[in-house]
Amino acid sequence: MTYQMSFGDLLPYWDVLARGLLYTIILTVVSTVTGLAVGTAGAWARSFGPKWAGYAVGAYVELIRNTPFIVQLFFVFFGLPAIGVKMTESEAAFLAMVINLGAYSTEIIRAGIQAVPKGHLEAAASLAMSRLETFRYVVLKQAFMKVYPALSSQIVIVMLGSAVVSQISAEDLTYAANFVQSRNFRAFEVYLVAALLYLLLAIAMRALLRGIGRALFPKA
Amino acid sequence: MSLVDIQDVRKSFGPLEVLKGVSIEIGRGDVAAIIGRSGSGKSTLLRCINGLEEFQSGAISVDGMMVGKTDLRTLRRHVGMVFQQFNLFPHLTAGENVMLAPTVVAKLQKGEARDRAAALLEKVGLAGKFDAYPSQLSGGQQQRVAIARALAMEPTVLLCDEITSALDPELVNEVLRVVEQLASEGMTLILVTHEMRFARDVGTKLIFMHQGRVHEEGAPKTLFAHPQTPELAQFVTGAH
Amino acid sequence: MIEFSFAIILENLLLATRWTILLSLIAFVSGGLVGLLVLFGRVSKHEVLRLLTAGYIEFFQGTPLLMQLFLLFFGIALFGVEVSPWVAAWLALTFWTSAFLSEIWRGCVESVPRGQWEASGTLAMTYLEQMRYVILPQAMRIAVAPTVGFSVQVIKGTALASIIGFVELTKAGTMLNNATFRPFLVYSLVALIYFCLCFPLSWCSKRLEARLNVAR
Repeated sequence: MTYQMSFGDLLPYWDVLARGLLYTIILTVVSTVTGLAVGTAGAWARSFGPKWAGYAVGAYVELIRNTPFIVQLFFVFFGLPAIGVKMTESEAAFLAMVINLGAYSTEIIRAGIQAVPKGHLEAAASLAMSRLETFRYVVLKQAFMKVYPALSSQIVIVMLGSAVVSQISAEDLTYAANFVQSRNFRAFEVYLVAALLYLLLAIAMRALLRGIGRALFPKA
Repeated sequence: MSLVDIQDVRKSFGPLEVLKGVSIEIGRGDVAAIIGRSGSGKSTLLRCINGLEEFQSGAISVDGMMVGKTDLRTLRRHVGMVFQQFNLFPHLTAGENVMLAPTVVAKLQKGEARDRAAALLEKVGLAGKFDAYPSQLSGGQQQRVAIARALAMEPTVLLCDEITSALDPELVNEVLRVVEQLASEGMTLILVTHEMRFARDVGTKLIFMHQGRVHEEGAPKTLFAHPQTPELAQFVTGAH
Repeated sequence: MIEFSFAIILENLLLATRWTILLSLIAFVSGGLVGLLVLFGRVSKHEVLRLLTAGYIEFFQGTPLLMQLFLLFFGIALFGVEVSPWVAAWLALTFWTSAFLSEIWRGCVESVPRGQWEASGTLAMTYLEQMRYVILPQAMRIAVAPTVGFSVQVIKGTALASIIGFVELTKAGTMLNNATFRPFLVYSLVALIYFCLCFPLSWCSKRLEARLNVAR
């Protein structure tokens, strides 16, 4: 073996990687918040909504969970413009991530809702709370509390999956790594550094999510 | 006129008829104890009064409101309920549990609801537990919070569904004392209970249910001393 | 210019689906075998082994599969070995799958009550014998549903092989799209084919889990 590793060749490009990392972080945060909102609405429809809405959401969830994210992304970015819905790379990346996380979180939150004891619903009803009030004040937080760990790991999985958005030229960390290796021809080093950055991000996110969980659900 | 008027109520779960024409009248300030074997329909009857269960025929009115015709929310603002399993909301503190319905349903200001909750917790002997979560409280304490929570809506009548059955024996009395205090203040109470001594000493009316019907009813002391039917006699002696 | 009819598009996609299925099967089997080794390391008595496997799992669960794919594709080439997209995809999917399956299975092994270890230990069984005859048979029953469920992730994971040029279903879709300019149709069909591969497995996994929960 004659190959000499050289990470020094990466240094001139540190800002490219940093910008890519920032893009990945922002994309993850924005689509996580939106995706959880979609998931909450979906879980409501599945558990308390009208029958037709429950079926529609069920079909959406199964469709997304049983197809690869990259195909969803290509469908959004290449397929939708063909029927007149045009968008930028970033918008497509965001939309695909929201659709994806929305489906997974619908299923996760629904499981949490089902785990809320029936007696709590009766207690809320006995206090003259409406179905929506019961959902908002009694069910939702309990449901989140119960499935928070599962939800957290799904968010990390979605962040890691976001590497694929580089394939539609959304300028995330992987895109930045691709760019750098095309300039300095140090593919292995660049991808190793990018992989480690993803790993650090994943670890940091898990710690952050744990902290948020402790703040949101004290004494659970 | 009676406060709670139950007329010939029938209720079936599928082919199984659990209430076979029940009629009871409960006056304002009454403490009505409903006793009977499990499966006699007593819990179902209680749950019919605030619309947790629907019944097929007959009529129930509470303070002039017809159950089934009156909007459920309106009805339930006047009918409080305490459950066997407490059903406190685990993600809220004791105080927040009590404050929830007043703020959300009755649209009370936060500060006002907080004062009311604090006063009610004090009343049930839990002044220091405002910020405790249900998981940090004993069963008896949780049940007293649940009573405070029901009282926070200032109900006209309070339904208690076997509220001491899930408690360890040594915790039963602290809950019963709270109920007794409510009774002495003139609160209208309907209790499904297994506490015979309590039914006799605190109750103003005893209702013995048997196989989906009111088998015997009357003044508790008289009925306990002189049961008219062999079923009640057997139930009373067996219960001790 | 060739006219691409619907039938031709579908035919080409289905032909490429063979490679998706083949890659999924091979990666799942080899990933399972490596995963079993990792599992043994992860629950072994040797601290070094436990730490090494924990690091392995952390790396492959904490980085994007796409990065792993790139690293193998470009990394092996550094050694002067010509690596085909097929081999790189197979290796990356194997490592990735093994990391997830070993963690899933560890959860199942640990759900076997401690008393089972102690009881088999007092019968003078070695560690491997305890695993082979007492722990694994019990853990396997619980492991079936999530393992079948993970096979869906493997099938979906193979789609990333398209990025390093392995012609499977997704790559075929991209190529057909470039030739036909009918992205909506092509990617709908691609998604539908993936759905037909994955949904039965998801459904099976859910049913198996439900049955296990009833049995318990």
